[in-house]
Amino acid sequence: MSIFSFPGSGPIGLSAQLAAVTTLVLILIGTPLAWWLSGTSSRAKSIIEATVALPIVLPPTVMGFYLLILLGPYGAIGHWWVELTGETLTFSFSGLVIASCFYSLPFAVQPLQNAFEALDRRNLEAAWTLGASRLDAFFTVAVPQSARGFLNAIVLAFAHTLGEFGVVLMVGGNIPGETRVISIAIYDQVESLNYTNAHQLSAILLTFAFSALLLMYVINRRWQRR
Amino acid sequence: MNTTNHPGNKTGGAVTLRYLLERADFALDVDLTIPMRGITGIFGKSGSGKTALLRCIAGLEKPTIGQFTINGDSWQDTTQKHSKAVHERQIGYVFQEPRLFDHLNVDSNLEYGQSRRHDQKNSLERGQIIDLLGLNGLLRRRPDELSGGEAQRVAIARALLCAPRLVLMDEPLAALDRIRKEEILPFLDRLHAELSVPILYVSHSIEEVSRLCDHLIIIDQGHILDAGDIQSVLVNLDLPLLAGEEAGSVIAGSIADYDEEYDLTHLKFSGGTLIVPGKYGHRESELRLRIRGNDVSLCRNRPNNTSILNIIPVTVDRIQSGHGPYALVRLRAGNDLLTARLTRRSCHEMELKQGDRLLAQIKSVAVRNTPAAD
Repeated sequence: MSIFSFPGSGPIGLSAQLAAVTTLVLILIGTPLAWWLSGTSSRAKSIIEATVALPIVLPPTVMGFYLLILLGPYGAIGHWWVELTGETLTFSFSGLVIASCFYSLPFAVQPLQNAFEALDRRNLEAAWTLGASRLDAFFTVAVPQSARGFLNAIVLAFAHTLGEFGVVLMVGGNIPGETRVISIAIYDQVESLNYTNAHQLSAILLTFAFSALLLMYVINRRWQRR
Repeated sequence: MNTTNHPGNKTGGAVTLRYLLERADFALDVDLTIPMRGITGIFGKSGSGKTALLRCIAGLEKPTIGQFTINGDSWQDTTQKHSKAVHERQIGYVFQEPRLFDHLNVDSNLEYGQSRRHDQKNSLERGQIIDLLGLNGLLRRRPDELSGGEAQRVAIARALLCAPRLVLMDEPLAALDRIRKEEILPFLDRLHAELSVPILYVSHSIEEVSRLCDHLIIIDQGHILDAGDIQSVLVNLDLPLLAGEEAGSVIAGSIADYDEEYDLTHLKFSGGTLIVPGKYGHRESELRLRIRGNDVSLCRNRPNNTSILNIIPVTVDRIQSGHGPYALVRLRAGNDLLTARLTRRSCHEMELKQGDRLLAQIKSVAVRNTPAAD
């Protein structure tokens, strides 16, 4: 059992946990990355942007394959993890979190970057002259004025992680309570011709995805009008 | 170039600064002493480096050479590799546009600077500032519910509430139309009269600086052309920047009498007495007038039956005429100097020359703010 998961959770709980942890990690990593991208004139910007966007176009199996190698006991990250914790990353919940972070990265970074680019930086200057340090001004002016970007990043990263299938299958396999997330469970039920269960799980995922997106668009529209 | 006539030399407290800021198409190269009292105007055309100078002082630019002290405390000295961060400099910055935070209401915008105030003992009373700028009815509003003039007043209050040792105002009225400007100017007059914090006021309007400022710095293409108290700088005829339609002078005097029947104030100055419409302050209190060059005409003999009340004896100090239709004539009245803007033809037909004793008719005078207490 890895550090991220609780024992005994079913596929729905597991998916929710995976999506929540992934979204949290992505906001923590994606915010400084998006901030840097929105303000830099560095040549590395395009390379980083292309790398971040890769999961949008790459087949999940390709991503999953490379991640499997990277996270495996002999891979760069996997080897280091084994030395650090004594556990392997592949076919574990922790491995899934790392894989999901790569897979959902653009869905967190891009909305944040767009929001930061739309920000009026002159307001930050005003905040500094009012006695706010750079970090203080970032949290008290830049973040609240980019609230839409954060909402979009959270909803998209969460929903996208919830719906991931190919990468999970490649990296995590199908271990109940550890890596059997909702999409894998649906696949499993269909394989064994258990359509009733497949229907139920699919309906849950569909309802959730639609509600989350609907909520996001409604709030966006309300903010736009204000 | 006038570098010896630093306005701050007369007082102990002063700001000294030296900046060299190099851009691809422009360089700011200034060395100044500014007094720690009243409003100091920084006047120049757009692109002359006025805003760049304020941004250097605030720490928003990285000059090649930067040295700044305020009452002896250093904020920057690039030769010592020392520079305070923007948020550590005790300034209040009013930008051209209000730059209010949209996600906060007016009250919270004011609170933003106040809660981060640099120095408690230096602080101004919140209630006093809110009253002074007339913000009592606006505190619950959001910035997008304010008019341009209201938003700028909030921005001024916000800057003052962070307890600055120096206030920087970058054309705070430039983005406003004439009516909004007139709405804010009285508030600035009141700030000037009631607060002791020194203000650097950037403007490209002679009218504005003549009305508000005690000291004036003229800047052009990144260089200081003149600096000193407003009365002496305004009548510097060597500055083409000051020679336009708005050319004029500022005269200070003390109130001698008030004529109740006609509602007129009599003001005594070194060159005689001027009559000013309206009632201002007590006897003996100081009053400053702005006299536009266009409102001054000259005659050799005292005219009969004129409607003009103010006719004072003057001596021609200097005549400056170029190729255009107008000439500027600097006149001495007692110890004071004022300018008349005449056509070159009039100068020629009157055969004006230095030393001539004449009468100046002043068609109108504008009362400007009273100076801050030293």
